[in-house]
Amino acid sequence: MTQNPGLLIRGARLAADLTERDADISVADAVDLRIADGRIVERGTGLQAREGERVIDAAGLVAFTGFVDLHTHLREPGFEQSETVLTGTRAAAAGGFTSVFAMANTLPVADTAGVVEQVQALGDAAGYATVRPIGAVTEDLAGERLSEIGAMAQSRAAVRVFSDDGKCVHDSLLMRRALEYVKTFDGVIAQHAQDPRLTEAAQMNEGALSSELGLKGWPAVAEESIIARDVLLAEHIGSRLHICHLSTAGSVEVVRWAKARGVQVTAEVTPHHLLLTEDLVRSFDPRYKVNPPLRRDTDVQALRQAVADGVIDIVATDHAPHPTEAKECEWDAAAFGMVGLESAFPIALQTLVQGGYASFAELEGLLSQTPAQIGGLLGHPSSLSVNQPADLVLVDPSGISVFDAQRLQGRSINSPYLGMELPGLVHTTVRRGYLTLDAGAVVDVEIVAAAAQAANAVQGAVSASVRGGTR
Amino acid sequence: MRHLLDTRTLAREDALRILDTAEDMAATQQREVRKLPTLRGKTVVNLFYEDSTRTRISFEAAAKRLSADVINFSAKGSSVSKGESLKDTAQTLQAIGADGVVIRHPASGAPERLARSGWIEAGVLNAGDGTHEHPTQALLDAFTMRRRLFGEAASRGRDLDGMSVVIVGDLAHSRVARSNLWLLNTLGANVTFVAPETLQPYGARDWPVTVRHSLDEAIREDQPDVIMMLRIQSERMHAAFFPNEREYARNWGLDDARLAQLPERALVMHPGPMNRGLEISSAAADSDRSTVLEQVANGVSVRMAALYLLLSGERTEHA
Repeated sequence: MTQNPGLLIRGARLAADLTERDADISVADAVDLRIADGRIVERGTGLQAREGERVIDAAGLVAFTGFVDLHTHLREPGFEQSETVLTGTRAAAAGGFTSVFAMANTLPVADTAGVVEQVQALGDAAGYATVRPIGAVTEDLAGERLSEIGAMAQSRAAVRVFSDDGKCVHDSLLMRRALEYVKTFDGVIAQHAQDPRLTEAAQMNEGALSSELGLKGWPAVAEESIIARDVLLAEHIGSRLHICHLSTAGSVEVVRWAKARGVQVTAEVTPHHLLLTEDLVRSFDPRYKVNPPLRRDTDVQALRQAVADGVIDIVATDHAPHPTEAKECEWDAAAFGMVGLESAFPIALQTLVQGGYASFAELEGLLSQTPAQIGGLLGHPSSLSVNQPADLVLVDPSGISVFDAQRLQGRSINSPYLGMELPGLVHTTVRRGYLTLDAGAVVDVEIVAAAAQAANAVQGAVSASVRGGTR
Repeated sequence: MRHLLDTRTLAREDALRILDTAEDMAATQQREVRKLPTLRGKTVVNLFYEDSTRTRISFEAAAKRLSADVINFSAKGSSVSKGESLKDTAQTLQAIGADGVVIRHPASGAPERLARSGWIEAGVLNAGDGTHEHPTQALLDAFTMRRRLFGEAASRGRDLDGMSVVIVGDLAHSRVARSNLWLLNTLGANVTFVAPETLQPYGARDWPVTVRHSLDEAIREDQPDVIMMLRIQSERMHAAFFPNEREYARNWGLDDARLAQLPERALVMHPGPMNRGLEISSAAADSDRSTVLEQVANGVSVRMAALYLLLSGERTEHA
């Protein structure tokens, strides 16, 4: 087995050092990082390249621990025309993600140990990102009987996050049981908060605009009422609860209230809900059709402020690929969802960092550290320091460029940002010490697969020696 | 004009141009030979994804009186019912050489998609999309009001400044109500929506309209020049929009007592088909104030005008 070549990153600013909002990156010292055998082995300044080491000039770039997406739809098995584990993790690498949590609404649904193990194995083989399967809360996402939560937790995939995302666990008693049962396995329920009766055939945010356009409304209360119920259930039981894709100002207030009471609730927001508003629906272009729907500008502002206040804990993409025909049709017939892995950083940079709502250090929390904690992700670096796993991303926060289809590395192109000017670029992604994105170009499939295999061999040897030495 | 998709973005000049052209068209319909050669050689497709015999034959008559070739494409029993996409259907019509497509579709925004997608070059005329818009209905209603108010001879160039129009019924699900509201506002009229809260469009209080629950109050306060009754569909009852037909008719039906309360000049309009005894009594439907049949006749003239303006002469982008 060949070893992956070492990397020497020169002159990067570390996001963790950029703790002031609105600060220029030059206030942080430039740092060199040496990477070997999947870990950061040296950190300093003026490090000299060793033989065989790949040198990466990171002047002007900011280094983060690798981004972690707690909400990705990889579509495999079952919907491979939209995305596969391979293509979805390519998109992840292009976006600076080193780990993704794959949602359960595949076909078959990820509600058994077999499916989650398969998804994890596909991710391991592809090597572009660590794939952590999310298990379904209920069998076939039907909202009737609990799925084999224990079996999935105890499987090789060691599932810790459970979600019926796409559907809401709407039955109050079932939600209570789910919150109690996952506690047994140190898991968390990620709730897609949507009262199904209030949103039958719903198409867009309910308001004067939905009435004008004649599109059936998805009222804010359908999200807020479920969140209110669930935080009270979580408090009653003492369970952890994660709320997927908050989209309304009212939801922010409910979560703020719950956190003040000490409820163990975490909340996520998508990049698109931080930027886009319902006004885009006027075009009837189904690229803007998403669930939960795009809301009003006041909601967008409230979500940004909630990030600044720490009410919202993470940014997650809800990357939802669909084939062209699912969007090339009338609005009602179109699928919900937009791809988001490749655009997540530019949108977060624009709305949160440049907007003054988060520092780069806080962005590392939002896009990397906190999602890793919520998801119980093992092997993720807690910082870019010596002996930490080398999962990291270098971004260029300067400049502005047109976001075009060339930037999309997944199988689907249903991005709402095509043609928009967005700031920043993801420059380089390193997973377990090897490159998955090299100066803006996704590394070839075979090279990444081989590198992943080599990294696994090293890791296997290390953990075997650790086991031998300590137990 | 390139397309006619809605009244929300229809400029006042364009609206008046259609109405005035419709006057010209109506004048030709008094002649012994009613057919004009204007659209000879042009192909108009009636693309109907919903059953609507009334609207379809109105468009068909309008196109034929302009000498266009008319193709009726009904979604029922066609490739559409086998799952053909709007895009494929549109491209088929393009290949056939359609110059104009009149589309009725249950999905709001489908005409907009057809017009803006680049699938087809034809002019697109919205004949009703979901609960969004039905612009030719609003135009024929405005045409009918204008003629009754000013007479045939004095209508040209006039708008409906200061007119009071009360629209009653299932406003929440009505594309007719929406198209009328936008057009009537553009033409200077004051519009009132009357319905129980369940049948008001959500957020209508942000619109340029007076929202009322009581029909009696609207008749008293708004002194309507026009009262427009909309069809109530009985399936609304089962979805808890109102408890039963009796309660609806008692509160929001135009019965004989309310008919007597209307100002002398007030017109009674209904886009049809009517539920006699539910939203409108027979006396109201058949009274001299009723314009129901005029609306049908005027519909042909207005649709002739729209087809003429879309498919002949200069083609400029509208809205």
